[in-house]
Amino acid sequence: MLHLENIHKTYHGGNSLHVLKGISLHINKGEFVSIMGASGSGKSTLLNILGILDDYDEGTYTLDGTLIRNLSETRAAEYRNKMIGFIFQSFNLIPFKDAMENVALPLFYQGVSRRKRNQLALEYLDKFGLKDWAHHKPNEMSGGQKQRVAIARALITQPKIILADEPTGALDSKTSVEVMQILKELHKQGMTIIVVTHESGVAYQAEKIIHIKDGIIGEIEEVTDASRTPFSMEGTMK
Amino acid sequence: MIDTLQEIWGAIMRNKMRTAATGIAVASGIFLLIVLLGASNGIIHTLEQNSEGLSLDAVHIYPGFTSKPFNGIKEGRRIELDNRDIDMPKRRFKENVDEVTATVEQSGLTASVGKQHLSVTLTGVYPQQKEIDGSKLARGRFINDFDLQQNRKVVVIDNNQEEHLFGPNVNGIGKIININNSAFTVVGIRKRDFAFSSSNMLAPFTTMKIIYSKGNNIGELTLKSKGLDTEQKNEDFEKSYRRAMGEIHQFDAEDESAIWMWNSAENNSAMNTAKSTLHTAFWILGLLTLLSGVVGVSNIMLISVKERTHEFGIRKALGARPRSIVSMVIFESIIITTFFGYIGMLFGVGFCEWMDSSVGGYTMDMGVFQQKLFVNPTVDLSICIEATVVMIISGMLAGFFPAQRAAKVKPIEALHG
Repeated sequence: MLHLENIHKTYHGGNSLHVLKGISLHINKGEFVSIMGASGSGKSTLLNILGILDDYDEGTYTLDGTLIRNLSETRAAEYRNKMIGFIFQSFNLIPFKDAMENVALPLFYQGVSRRKRNQLALEYLDKFGLKDWAHHKPNEMSGGQKQRVAIARALITQPKIILADEPTGALDSKTSVEVMQILKELHKQGMTIIVVTHESGVAYQAEKIIHIKDGIIGEIEEVTDASRTPFSMEGTMK
Repeated sequence: MIDTLQEIWGAIMRNKMRTAATGIAVASGIFLLIVLLGASNGIIHTLEQNSEGLSLDAVHIYPGFTSKPFNGIKEGRRIELDNRDIDMPKRRFKENVDEVTATVEQSGLTASVGKQHLSVTLTGVYPQQKEIDGSKLARGRFINDFDLQQNRKVVVIDNNQEEHLFGPNVNGIGKIININNSAFTVVGIRKRDFAFSSSNMLAPFTTMKIIYSKGNNIGELTLKSKGLDTEQKNEDFEKSYRRAMGEIHQFDAEDESAIWMWNSAENNSAMNTAKSTLHTAFWILGLLTLLSGVVGVSNIMLISVKERTHEFGIRKALGARPRSIVSMVIFESIIITTFFGYIGMLFGVGFCEWMDSSVGGYTMDMGVFQQKLFVNPTVDLSICIEATVVMIISGMLAGFFPAQRAAKVKPIEALHG
């Protein structure tokens, strides 16, 4: 599904910063993977590259058989729209649109008719128990509800992969559990999911944890039983 | 399309105050543009109306004083037009002169009926004068050929003079006016016009010459020209006519002040130039005013784009193409300018209508002549359509740079919550 081969990325600012120093990675269809690392480890940069939000300097990245390299902005937008569902830490809902409009937005950029995309958005909201909130603005909803709206938005285009950037970072522990439960449910339905986090409690919900340190992959850990990890969902030692 | 509009509507409604503040700049710009164009139309219509009826093929010739010595005669000699000048053009300028009429004037006369007195200038005219100065008759007839043949003592007066001498609502036709102890019969009433002096009365040319012993002298010559359709032809004609007159009256062909020529065809083309210059100048003024509004919208749009960086980042992450962001911002700008532009236009048209009803057609009485000010200072549909095009273009201009900036927002911005 997703293949990285010796990816390098350097930021050229005042002094250039070599962030990714040769990342090679293979993620199969239907896998649930966490990428873990401290801040500054390069995990955000890796996420940007995986999400086609940023370009890389060296190596190859293929997503579902498509080489992602030096794309025009229009092309990149198209791929993001069709292949990737984003879930962000701060939800990133558009404040002046209601839940339904927010969920329907990716379909707007596919040129789906208004009636059809709103109907589909309502269906997705219903799946997450938010049908009654369809016409509420984000500022009228709780964090958990907002993140569920964001998940519905990520899924509406039926993407190849879900990229979640600290999906529980802005949520309390109870809603964090709920959100991770939703991701696990999606995984069971066959969705490929990549979660970037620095919380081990969250990371251990996945099947596989990829540890990143100083721009290279340190260790790939297979999680056999999430409940047997030394961390709870709150990220504290049990 | 409707989708795009709804996207934009959401953005506009989010910042009602700011949008309104910018909109007012555009509205006032368009308002001023419309009012300026209305005013310029008022001036142009006035010019047109004042020159209405003046025939465009008349060349008027007045006697002057020589300014150059000629054949040993000193300058400063008075030139008198006479009967020879009536015949000359018919012989020498057959191609360019259709008719020649002459007038002779006697000023400082007193016209009286009973106890009513009026100080007048009596002008002796030929029948053709009617076409040349565009007199409109209210009642009766103009001076005709029989009047001239028989040296009749008849007079054409205007409706103001009629009212003054005979009283209101009295028909003066057929009545007698005493002009310095000569009895003249009123045969026609002219409509008071802005083009001629209010103290003029018209009598037959021949009658005038006999009564006031004018001899061969002529006050003013009028040629009805033909075939002078270019400026060059007009100039050439004037030059050769001046030379021919110089031969008759012994003055230098280059002497501009020996006779004065007033060519209404030339004057008319000059007026047309003045009209279009005025129109252009007002357009430029209006557009410059509008420009400040456009710059205002552009500025606000820039600020708005900057504030919405995060939103554009999200949109891009979700798959918005740069083009869709650009068109969204430009459309937003066009909608703001056009919406408020129309408000400005409505007010502008309203103001023009108000001008029309208050000062429009106001007549300024200067005693010897009257001047109409601001005839119909309004704009027509074509100007409104032009203004709409201007608004859309200025909206596009105002949105262009902000849209470029919005399109440059990186989708990574979405992550910097």
